[in-house]
Amino acid sequence: MSTATATYVCAAADVPLGEGRAVTVEGRRIAIFNAPTGWYALDHACPHRGGPLADGLVSDSCVTCPLHERRFDLATGEALTGGDGVVAHEVEVRDGEVIVRLMGPGVSAPG
Amino acid sequence: MSSHGITIVGGGIAAQALCEEVRERDASVPLKMICGEPCLPYDRVRLSEILVSGEEPEALTLRPAEWYEDNAVRLLAGRRVEGIDAGFGRLTLDGGETLAYHRVVLATGSRPLMPPLPGIELPGVIPFRDPAHCEAIRVAAAAGARIAVIGGGLLGLEAAYGVASQGARVSVVHLMDRLMERQLDDGAAELLRPAMEELGVEVLLGRQTERILGGERAEGLRLAGGEELPADLVVVSIGIRAEASLAAAAGIEVDRGIVVDDAMRTSAPGVWAVGECAEHRGTVYGLVAPIREQAAVAARSLLGEEVAYEGSLQWAKLKVMGVDVVSIGVPEGAREAVVADAEAPSYRKLVLAEGRAVGAILLGDTRGSEDLLAAIAAGEEVADPLERLAASAEASAADLPDAAQICNCNGVCKGAIVGAVEDGCATAREVMATTRAGTGCGSCKSTVIELVAALNGGAAEEPAYLCPCRRQTREDLAAVIRERGLEAVSEVAAACGTGRECGQCKPALAYLVSEINANRHREERAARFINDRVHANIQNDGTFSVVPRMYGGVTTPEELRRIADAAERYQVRMVKVTGGQRIDLLGVRKEDLPAIWEDIGMPSGHAYAKAVRTVKTCVGREFCRFGLGASIDLGVRLEKEWEGLHTPAKVKSGVSGCPRNCAEATIKDIGIVAIEGGWQIRVGGAAGSCVREGDLLATVDSADEVVRTATVVLQYYRENAEYKERLYDFVPRVGLEAIRRVVQDPDESAALLERFRIAKAAVSDPWLEREARYHPRQFSDLDGAAAPAETPIDALLGPPPEAVR
Repeated sequence: MSTATATYVCAAADVPLGEGRAVTVEGRRIAIFNAPTGWYALDHACPHRGGPLADGLVSDSCVTCPLHERRFDLATGEALTGGDGVVAHEVEVRDGEVIVRLMGPGVSAPG
Repeated sequence: MSSHGITIVGGGIAAQALCEEVRERDASVPLKMICGEPCLPYDRVRLSEILVSGEEPEALTLRPAEWYEDNAVRLLAGRRVEGIDAGFGRLTLDGGETLAYHRVVLATGSRPLMPPLPGIELPGVIPFRDPAHCEAIRVAAAAGARIAVIGGGLLGLEAAYGVASQGARVSVVHLMDRLMERQLDDGAAELLRPAMEELGVEVLLGRQTERILGGERAEGLRLAGGEELPADLVVVSIGIRAEASLAAAAGIEVDRGIVVDDAMRTSAPGVWAVGECAEHRGTVYGLVAPIREQAAVAARSLLGEEVAYEGSLQWAKLKVMGVDVVSIGVPEGAREAVVADAEAPSYRKLVLAEGRAVGAILLGDTRGSEDLLAAIAAGEEVADPLERLAASAEASAADLPDAAQICNCNGVCKGAIVGAVEDGCATAREVMATTRAGTGCGSCKSTVIELVAALNGGAAEEPAYLCPCRRQTREDLAAVIRERGLEAVSEVAAACGTGRECGQCKPALAYLVSEINANRHREERAARFINDRVHANIQNDGTFSVVPRMYGGVTTPEELRRIADAAERYQVRMVKVTGGQRIDLLGVRKEDLPAIWEDIGMPSGHAYAKAVRTVKTCVGREFCRFGLGASIDLGVRLEKEWEGLHTPAKVKSGVSGCPRNCAEATIKDIGIVAIEGGWQIRVGGAAGSCVREGDLLATVDSADEVVRTATVVLQYYRENAEYKERLYDFVPRVGLEAIRRVVQDPDESAALLERFRIAKAAVSDPWLEREARYHPRQFSDLDGAAAPAETPIDALLGPPPEAVR
């Protein structure tokens, strides 16, 4: 069970299939992805030069930053092309509503 | 060398193969081909492809008319041979004319088998054998006809696939209880079902057709047991029979086909036979690969060599219902190893007899087919068939024996490719040009590239994979898109897995899908780079730049006023004049894009896209005292002609009014320079990370001719370049001569211009999406996304909108 706060961010219809959109949750900029394989949430800013990951190209399992093509695993935030990764957050869709629980620094880890 | 000629009766694949085999060995022996059909020899095996692709029958032509001239082959098309007098060495042609021969080869092929069913003679009952039958199917499908195909063998399924591609309702009625029983086993045949269902093909197995119903014309089928099937068109495709009547009438020995010995000689002196009409050691072959082998043997025999043909391994690489199938040797045996995956679907099977490999079926996943073919041809001893099957999937081209055939279109073996590399070909392109491997359908191109790289110590060129994750080339994917009529990136992803792993090739795939469908594809923005989702260029801070179109770099005070007002209203960080003679507004927020476009009121300049960018011009004859040509007029005209078209990589252009070249046209992808009395057209110039002077393609005398020629080049580039390959890389790769040939060939240029026109007719200004968004949030993130009235979750933190940026 996660002890983090669950936050409603948007309706599922707000994010086109295969794309991402950014939102601010608890003061943090988060990218929400509606990938062909499910919903994912990562920190929005690419650790390389701050590129907007929500604007990246989304595949089944990863997103590519639009600025310099760094690639991150959608489920884990792991950097697939070297360098630092990003924090992956929990996301679920209930009755067409997208809900996010923040993970990582500043937020209590899941129990 | 022989001083006497060779006459070939027939104009199919066997006749053409024989002709080429002879010519390769003897450049001077007179060659004559008499073909009954009134067209150049064509590839009948690919007949269903023209139904699927909608191409004209000419697309199947094996060699252009010049080939026959260049190779001194006398082609008599549309002439029938009606009699042979083997004793006197004379042929009788239609119309009674006689023709003396020294050596004659019968390559008369086969005719479709039409069963003696009641009603078979009705209008609306056709075989599937030549382009006229394709046309009949096309017409019937367009009228919404229900079509029944009798026969579920290889030919029947090809016909059914072609029919289904026309969107017609089609039922396949097959006498046997499995499809393609001669090439497949139950397991593999069963895996074809999903592909057939997806195409809307109904399959009726174990059904015998009793009669064709209808009075004036075919109305349906009655099957044994009384079941009736309505049909407006009946395609009969139950098999073929060797066309041996000419030989039989001449007293030549005929059994199931024209009987030949191991040198492909018939019972009559001076008469040979090859292909589907010939019977060798009791077997009549109907597949392309064995027929090519026969042609090679017959050619050597005709030229006086001692040869001994011992029969061929029956094998074929096919596409059945859009699924790759390789069938080699016998499909079933006492000892078999099978790896099947119904979901993929894939099916791999190796058949052994007395411990040796004798047959294989590969469906869906055809990796290692050349390796297995070589093993079966050699009768390789196999201890563990499952292990052998797994090893074949891992085998690379370098592991193949020299005799393994790599290019099935042109019959090129690995040995020939090795030889070409040893003779000094350093790149796959040179090897392909020398051996012709990979120049047919292109499906073996990746194997050729891999092989050349391995032979050159692995350090050769990077294969140009469109999807590196799946090792799929542009040609591979283009073939699938065409054959299956795919219209969206997601359909290709579902069919081939393209773009599903790292996803980076999706924009390339999106371009390919749009190009092949002439911009009538189903657009899926998720496959596009962000720039093409919002029609603006992303900057290093996540904001965007906006460049409106200024044709030829010409603007007006009103436009400048609107641009100035918009720049202030949206607090644009910088207004900058670009190198392409336009104005760039830098630092626009994504959500402001639709409004700024509205305020500016000019069309998109496509500065963010792989598309036709600007046509830079100098002031030219209209103002300049040195001007020779009206460069502004021509530049504006070209830009309007090409505006909105996407290209493999950006295309920058320029028109200079005199050779002083103030518009820098000599370093543009396509550059036009006015000279006294005309215009020079240059292609492949660059002034970026490298500098390259554009090659002089042509000098023409009118602006109309500039537009025509340059547009032919543009469309040729659109259709043939790799994604991200700039014209300045494309031109040296394919060669200026090749491009010159295209623009000088009236037929090819006309075809390119027509496809260009069709593609162009489907483009519109993307900035009009401000009024018609593909999604309500095309231009906005989720800030301020409306929260539901009742929040069923434990907290609701709506971020203040001003905290967003």
